[in-house]
Amino acid sequence: MAKHATPLLDQLESGPWPSFVSDLKQEAAARAKNENNIEYQISQDAVEDLLGVLELSYNHGRCHWKHGGIVGVFGYGGGVIGRYCDQPEMFPGVAHFHTMRVNQPGGKFYTAEYLRKLCDLWDFRGSGITNMHGSTGDIIFLGTTTPQIEEIFWELSHDLEQDLGGSGSNLRTPSDCIGAARCEYACYDTQAICYDLTQEYQDELHRPAFPYKFKFKFDGCPNCCVASIARSDISFIGTWRDDIKIDQEAVQAYIGGEIPPNGNAHSGRDWGAFDIDKEVINLCPTNCMWMEGKDLKIDTKECTRCMHCINVMPRALRIGDDRGLSMLVGAKAPILDGAQMGSLLVPFVKVEEPYDEIKEVIEAIWDYWMEEGKNRERLGELMKRQGFQKLLAATGIDPVAQHVQEPRSNPYIFWNEEEVEGGWDRDVNEFRKHHLR
Amino acid sequence: MAFVSSGYNTDKPMENRISDIGPKKYDLFYPPVIAKNKGKWLYHEILKPGVLVHVSETGDEVFTVRCGGARLMSTTHIREICEIAEKHCDGHLRFTTRNNIEFMVDSKDKVEPLIQDLESRKFDGGSFKFPVGGTGAGVTNIVHTQGWVHCHTPATDASGPVKATMDVLFDDFKDHKLPAQLRVSLACCLNMCGAVHCSDIAILGYHRKPPMLDHEYLDKMCEIPLAIAACPTAAIKPAKVEVNGETLKSVAVKNERCMFCGNCYTMCPSMPLADTEGDGIVIMAGGKVSNRISAPKFSKVVVAFLPNEAPRWPSTTATIKKIVEAYSAGANKYERVGEWAERIGWERFFDKCELPFTHHLIDDFRDPAYYTWRQTSQFKF
Repeated sequence: MAKHATPLLDQLESGPWPSFVSDLKQEAAARAKNENNIEYQISQDAVEDLLGVLELSYNHGRCHWKHGGIVGVFGYGGGVIGRYCDQPEMFPGVAHFHTMRVNQPGGKFYTAEYLRKLCDLWDFRGSGITNMHGSTGDIIFLGTTTPQIEEIFWELSHDLEQDLGGSGSNLRTPSDCIGAARCEYACYDTQAICYDLTQEYQDELHRPAFPYKFKFKFDGCPNCCVASIARSDISFIGTWRDDIKIDQEAVQAYIGGEIPPNGNAHSGRDWGAFDIDKEVINLCPTNCMWMEGKDLKIDTKECTRCMHCINVMPRALRIGDDRGLSMLVGAKAPILDGAQMGSLLVPFVKVEEPYDEIKEVIEAIWDYWMEEGKNRERLGELMKRQGFQKLLAATGIDPVAQHVQEPRSNPYIFWNEEEVEGGWDRDVNEFRKHHLR
Repeated sequence: MAFVSSGYNTDKPMENRISDIGPKKYDLFYPPVIAKNKGKWLYHEILKPGVLVHVSETGDEVFTVRCGGARLMSTTHIREICEIAEKHCDGHLRFTTRNNIEFMVDSKDKVEPLIQDLESRKFDGGSFKFPVGGTGAGVTNIVHTQGWVHCHTPATDASGPVKATMDVLFDDFKDHKLPAQLRVSLACCLNMCGAVHCSDIAILGYHRKPPMLDHEYLDKMCEIPLAIAACPTAAIKPAKVEVNGETLKSVAVKNERCMFCGNCYTMCPSMPLADTEGDGIVIMAGGKVSNRISAPKFSKVVVAFLPNEAPRWPSTTATIKKIVEAYSAGANKYERVGEWAERIGWERFFDKCELPFTHHLIDDFRDPAYYTWRQTSQFKF
């Protein structure tokens, strides 16, 4: 028998898509039954009360969680987010219901053995409710009490050799796409560099010293499956500089209908026979492809590596061999001054351990932002406020035409005095000798 | 129950402390076929919705079965995922960026038993636990935020509208009949803990009432200068107020300058915005993050407001369904929602989707607004 009636939530149990309500209910029942005799360290009723408080929100159209609360583990300034219910007497099981962010493994690969250890810990010391995963990428433990936080961290770090993720004004948990592990489009090993930088910058991740949050995301190719270009302060996007590799026989196989286009992604509708002109050549954004007899030709110099032709014909076209990544900086969601897309800062850099060239850029950006950024100002907002030139100067990167979509359409150039012959100090009396008042 | 110590000593927090160790290293968890063929993959194909094969230059193949699920997940459910992974995949699995679960096997004969097992598992309430799909030119899982289940600033729930929307779009999760992939995302307030601002269709929680002022507590709970500085439109100023005959330091809000972002509430808990009628959903459309063919784009606001209709948000799901159907009928192969809208013109987008155009949809927020007005004689009647 459920502790709280949930007639509104119950309506979300029907329909085909996996119901989180059914899942919460099975967890509530499992805790009530406690078949494994777990010595629950937070309320056994936590999930019952979570369902109850959520039902109340469904009635009110408002949430019932209080604002923040400073909780954490000793020596860290992030990784734990305080959460208190604003109806603690009605729902004592979730009166204190803090979140813990656990740094996910690269590519979000797991073994059952490891996941079970996380589950054992979270059943014992938390609510048994998680997010797999949070938006930034962390494993999210949803709901525990203050006295359990150090205990959980101790067991995570000692028994599972696992650290927390980031929150607050620090480096947020970096995340990556599946990359070379299972994708032929990967231009660099996203997981290797993501792991390396995560380890290198543990201090920045755990101890808030920045003006605001800072995100790294690693996309192996311009398809951008982890959306780095839209949401990370530094977006690392794989790219290449040489020719797309062409298997002309496979091109003919696509033309002949032997291989379905786009990896069979359009199998649910009859789009007619594959037409390489219509579906590839004419959709190329730079018109750098053509057929010469039976051969597909690409003018590499004009290619902007949008991935469309490769996506359509993955068995015929492959990314080049001179691979690296582009760094785009300053992306963020709308709050406050509107959304910003990442802007190209480093057109190309090779991705080679120990990634010194990349780290130099990162650290120059941080120095600049920590010096100039206001409280709660994202890098992108600082760039908007001070201009892209300031970032170039701070990182020592030379301006190139690739940095802009188009050059400025106003001539209001902030010339530096040293750029103008003779400087700015002039004698007005000397001037007046030739120009009467 | 009695407190059980982990070994942590409150009096000596630094004793035997382990910190700054980072995450588990990724390659500890690679299935053998992944470890062996990393960086050697030649191509992939989607055998049917939800089922991929990747072929390596070594001749090895890995078959991936992708299934959807709620990102709000219990340990009971995770243990079931583990059981499936052990039964079919030697204990290996992964999650995708969009909250799907992927089970990988190294030979084709293991695929069908895995799919049958996944599709046979249902919750007591009747929904699928592990529906297979989410690939190719269809709808994949919705990325979303916490909503009412755990956040303090939401203007709508997350898990509920996601469940309701995916029920409506379920056929497109299971099929490849759209012109291109269609990514739906939800953020329960404009802090946007996900990248919903670049999605084919974005569901965004939004407040419409300025903050209430809890004068009696405001100066005790908040740093007033921080609350004032938090406002992007400078709508907040310091004020002295009389409460029960006592003069207190507080703030005043110029309501007509408020665009309801909630940033003041983030800095000051005595300025809550949430409201049953005021809160609801904005629908945005036409964004993308891929660089394929055209540059990444922001989603545009196409419906200014829909009410929170718990538990199933019918106005929201009906609007999304209409957009998906109009897109599916009108777009060319490979064309994303935003590319389709730009080709036919946004005026035509509103016709095709049968959505009313209202003054709310014309940008009036700062400089970028100007660039969105029509500055050509070219338009469609």
